[in-house]
Amino acid sequence: MGDVSSTLVSMDPRTLLAIPLLPLAAAIVAGLFGRFIGRTASHVITIAAVGASFVLSARIAWQLVTGEVGIFNESVYTWLLSDGIRMEVGFLVDHLSVLMMCVVTFVSFCVHVYTIGYMHDDPGYQRFFSYISLFTFAMLMLVMSNNFMQLFFGWEAVGVVSYLLIGFWYTKPSAIFANLKAFLVNRVGDFGFVLGIAAVVYYTGSLDYRDAFAAAPALAEVGYALTDTWTVSAITLICVLLFIGAMGKSAQVPLHVWLPDSMEGPTPISALIHAATMVTAGIFMVARFSPLFEHSEAALSFVLVVGATTALFMGFLGIVNNDIKRVVAYSTLSQLGYMTVALGASAYGAAIFHLMTHAFFKALLFLAAGSVIIGMHHEQDMRKMGGLAKVMPITAATCWIGALALIGTPFLSGFYSKDFIIEAVHKSDRWGATYAYWCVLIGVFVTAFYTFRMVFMTFHGAPRWEQGHETHDHPAHDDHDHGHGHGGGTPHESPWVVTLPLVLLAIPSLAIGFLTVQPVLFGGYFGEAIQVLPANDVLRELAAHFHDPVSFALEAFKHPPFWLALAGVVAAWFLFLRSTATADRLASLFAPLRPVLDNKYYFDWFNEKILAAGSRGIGQVFWKAGDQAVIDGALVNGSAHLVGSISQIVRRVQTGYLYSYAFWMMIGLAALLAWFLFSA
Amino acid sequence: MITLQHMMTLSGILFALSVAGIFLNRKNVILLLMCIELMLLAVNFSFVSFSRFLGDLDGQVFVFFVLTVAAAESAIGLAILVVLFRERRSINVEDLDTMKG
Repeated sequence: MGDVSSTLVSMDPRTLLAIPLLPLAAAIVAGLFGRFIGRTASHVITIAAVGASFVLSARIAWQLVTGEVGIFNESVYTWLLSDGIRMEVGFLVDHLSVLMMCVVTFVSFCVHVYTIGYMHDDPGYQRFFSYISLFTFAMLMLVMSNNFMQLFFGWEAVGVVSYLLIGFWYTKPSAIFANLKAFLVNRVGDFGFVLGIAAVVYYTGSLDYRDAFAAAPALAEVGYALTDTWTVSAITLICVLLFIGAMGKSAQVPLHVWLPDSMEGPTPISALIHAATMVTAGIFMVARFSPLFEHSEAALSFVLVVGATTALFMGFLGIVNNDIKRVVAYSTLSQLGYMTVALGASAYGAAIFHLMTHAFFKALLFLAAGSVIIGMHHEQDMRKMGGLAKVMPITAATCWIGALALIGTPFLSGFYSKDFIIEAVHKSDRWGATYAYWCVLIGVFVTAFYTFRMVFMTFHGAPRWEQGHETHDHPAHDDHDHGHGHGGGTPHESPWVVTLPLVLLAIPSLAIGFLTVQPVLFGGYFGEAIQVLPANDVLRELAAHFHDPVSFALEAFKHPPFWLALAGVVAAWFLFLRSTATADRLASLFAPLRPVLDNKYYFDWFNEKILAAGSRGIGQVFWKAGDQAVIDGALVNGSAHLVGSISQIVRRVQTGYLYSYAFWMMIGLAALLAWFLFSA
Repeated sequence: MITLQHMMTLSGILFALSVAGIFLNRKNVILLLMCIELMLLAVNFSFVSFSRFLGDLDGQVFVFFVLTVAAAESAIGLAILVVLFRERRSINVEDLDTMKG
């Protein structure tokens, strides 16, 4: 498996082109002509296009894995040629990108179907389908790219769609605030990303991955002087800058602030873009550039520490939130931190593997949360839920599967991916690895705790919704009409278009880890796509201890992560179901910490009060002192005033009387004559 | 004995008088024209004196030119004056300040 020789037939570029272009065409049709073709035609056309993309991706994946076709790495179109730098559209379809293509199209397909139910009565129905198809196109361009230019195009395009979708309900001020915030924070990351690409072009003169990868070992020797005394290697500079881009897109501390707010968007978007696919673009990008990152110990340590911090500290925030979607959002942040940690430990395979399993179970959790929100008539506060398992059995069951997969229950998908990340960090001897190891280990307990806090508060215990429903008022949320044949506020199970994707996603959440762990992590699946230096190859060390998925899962009972997860679940059960009084007592015990968590470690405060207000203050100074006083006041108006006031004096000479003109002429003549006489 | 000095002094006095007439006159445009005429005559006088004392007739030829030009000038000046009076009903110098800055 994965053994590819060069004599194989290559893939058909037309098929590869069709994969991203079908969703694009559907997006254009649904977006521009949605009004004419109507709702049903809009969703049929977009779902058909994304479905076809998925089938084609899966077929290519199958052909690649069975060795029918070789890796495709060619340009299909030259956009422009400037100063020897080629800007091209090209595809690199290898084992890494094909895996991403399948994940993206599959989750996108599920979300499309789910949207039929979730957005049923929204006036922006066609627009929504157009956006998510456009997103699928952009994401596919990103993962299939074979050059930095196209990667950047896809990178920005998913950012734009993310912006549009967070602000989908554009009449809601909080949504507009959130999408602006997401856009601005991503600009900060993209600034680093663009500089990274520029550095690549500067050192290699090419945008092609191949040239950059080939030049990587040489670039490790080239120094770049940041200051007089501080010199870093060029490769470290490139990798850190590129990773700053990843920090923005994949929401790593301190650029994570936009992701929780992005929950203002409709839930299908939270599942597709802000959990399963777009936010993993940064992880994918670092894995794709493993041949670069491998040559920079410093950059990898940076990645490791940032990831570990995100993994643990964002998990804590999940514990104090009461909004069901925000809990899942903080969980996403924390899991992205896990993936980043894996990247930092050179376990790129483990990161991508976790990315894949996470895409399924996190999309599942989000869609389940969305199903709960539909059932609760757009109530998102978990304090007003409880006991929903009885009325929403399918949602509850699939949510349990997602939660169990997330906390790493043996045999489920999250277990394999997360356990290998923890083990890989444990084995790594990179700077920061010890810190990262403790972070991810404690993170296991935290993950289990907040996940099951959410599950127990939502689905179990005494129902708290009879009294709660009357008071809710979310004007923009009320687009969802309650026309399902029941009059009151009783929760109800969602229609089949909502539950079907839940079931479709529950299957891979259960099984995909078990089925694919061996080939993906230890079977050399990625081949040349991911390059790890022999000295850093922690996964190879782990391979020695790994025999088969079953025995590995059984061995889990001997390792701390399993017991930590179990402790988390039990603690959540005890505090939120068994004895809520203890929870209150614990809450008062930790009261001094509470403001820190409630204010999300003051990141927003810092951004708004220091960065935003500071730049506004500087802007104010430049505006008042620089622009208004110096440029407008002294230069523009000042020169005019000067001419004016001199003229005020000089104009008195012009009396208009003939005799005074004559007088001046005489004076002039006399002066001229005098000068003529005396100078001679 | 009348010397060139006396002649020049008389010419200077006449010239200065005419200049003063231009400056000091605030009432009548005709006076202005007369002052200009006097100025030209003062210059003519010095031309003639130099011609006489240097024994060169060129100066006197010049005087003829100047007198011709002066006649033309006063004709035009008076014509302007007539038009001006038709327009303004006044030839008062104080009123003629439309060139004021």
